[in-house]
Amino acid sequence: MIQMQDVHKKYPNGVTAVSGIDVKIDQGEFVYIVGPSGAGKSTFIKMIYREEKPSKGVILINGVDISRLKDKKVPLLRRNIGVVFQDFKLLPTLTVFENVAFALEVIEEQPNLIKKKVMETLDLVGLKHKARMLPTELSGGEQQRVSIARSIVNSPKIVIADEPTGNLDPETSWEIMSIFEEINARGATVVMATHNKEIVNTIKHRVIAIESGRIVRDEQRGEYGYES
Amino acid sequence: MKARTFRRHVRESFKSLGRNGWMTFASVSAVTVTLIIVGVFFVIMMNLNKVASTIEEDVEIRVHIDPVAKQQDQQVLRKKIEQIPEVKSIEFSSKEEELDNLIDSLGEEGKVFKPFEQDNPLNDVFIVKAKNPTDTMKAAKKIENLEYAAKVKYGQGSVEKLFKFIETSRNVGLVLIIGLLFTAMFLISNTIKITIVARRREIEIMKLVGATNTFIRWPFFLEGLWIGLLGSILPIALVSSAYYYAYDYLEPKLANHFIKILEFNPFVYQVACLLILMGALIGIWGSMMSMRKFLKV
Ligand SMILES: Nc1ncnc2c1ncn2[C@@H]1O[C@H](COP(=O)(O)OP(=O)(O)O)[C@@H](O)[C@H]1O
Ligand SMILES: [Mg+2]
Repeated sequence: MIQMQDVHKKYPNGVTAVSGIDVKIDQGEFVYIVGPSGAGKSTFIKMIYREEKPSKGVILINGVDISRLKDKKVPLLRRNIGVVFQDFKLLPTLTVFENVAFALEVIEEQPNLIKKKVMETLDLVGLKHKARMLPTELSGGEQQRVSIARSIVNSPKIVIADEPTGNLDPETSWEIMSIFEEINARGATVVMATHNKEIVNTIKHRVIAIESGRIVRDEQRGEYGYES
Repeated sequence: MKARTFRRHVRESFKSLGRNGWMTFASVSAVTVTLIIVGVFFVIMMNLNKVASTIEEDVEIRVHIDPVAKQQDQQVLRKKIEQIPEVKSIEFSSKEEELDNLIDSLGEEGKVFKPFEQDNPLNDVFIVKAKNPTDTMKAAKKIENLEYAAKVKYGQGSVEKLFKFIETSRNVGLVLIIGLLFTAMFLISNTIKITIVARRREIEIMKLVGATNTFIRWPFFLEGLWIGLLGSILPIALVSSAYYYAYDYLEPKLANHFIKILEFNPFVYQVACLLILMGALIGIWGSMMSMRKFLKV
């Protein structure tokens, strides 16, 4: 469960990106975060995995206030949260398999478990047959699937995605969305910032609209509500 | 830490050394140059020290006792000298002993002084040593003012100059070595920083998926260590072989002047250990410095 209470974020340069957000997201929900550019969507997302600390307020993840979490404990938080970005963030010198395994290696998972989990996850995203390829040999959609595989290979309870389809063509975007649907169906909470009107209006989920750092709308099975 | 994890760190550190070949070369060279200079300075300084301390040991004040002084006067003078705070020891040497010493020290030529044994022109002498050799001058000045101290000799002038020289060279050497060490660390931290910029994404992803800072740091720590160790090989080889020949050449010559330098064994091994240690420290420090800001959460 993710809960924010009166959360504010002012960057060191003086920009206030988030000003007074109260929200509660239950385990297993699928939530779209929508709103114009610069509204504070990415800041909202970054605060969930402690990339940014709120300047004021409380953020509870499964009951733990992560705004007061010691830096040393942050890695443990991150092991329970999968993060997906618009630009994939893959390591170009590693194969598909290695990129996904990387997430388990650096948290010192056992080698035989690594192999098993990575292959299972690659199967889930439909890339088992391309495990030995390099990211540069894949299409954008396939690269994003590798990145998703990496984010979920450790079976996190929460998966957050910042415009995961932002760099992809419409058809590929639908494929990516079906993977997120599957992840959600398996019980993970999904929080996704997106500009994709069509997707939001077709695959109906809770929609939270942010403008100028505030929540202006929060509807179950909501609409995108902006011209895209 | 699990052995498997440690093996991974070692593997990663070597991979990175190979991948950043030129940077590795530059860093290793920086360590090498520094350690050669540090090593040479260190060898010279330690030997100067050795020479200095043997000479310091030999610095003594010879207090010539006025021939008119009676037994009792000598005792009083001795008491007064002993009371000077800088004085460590005092020994009496009669004029007969003094003459024997003189004759002995001159060898064959000394025989010409034999006839003087009947009519000894020398004085009885107190041989005084200062607690701290550098206080010799001070002690000598105080003794000069005492009654029945006819002449006070301690190699005036040359002793002061020697002490000055030793002290200056010690300080200059120390400042130079410290300066060099910092230069090398700076160079290494900058070269490694360039390689880290290239690995920024890797570190970013590691942090994203929950690697601890310790885990992320290890390969860099090892990389710095390897750079330091690699950089100390050539300096150790150079300094020890140079010392081997220098010792062979200088030792007999200096022995004629009763000057001893440090023996090849164990000195060269101590220098080698020091250089390895310094290399490792420079490398590790440089490496850690360079990645500090990349680790901020
Ligand atoms: N690291 C940062 N430092 C300073 N200002 C930032 C930073 N990140 C974002 N901002 C500012 O905060 C505001 C919200 O940005 P962001 O959260 O990225 O919005 P969105 O993702 O909705 O486009 C913008 O005005 C942006 O310029
Ligand atoms: Mg954004």
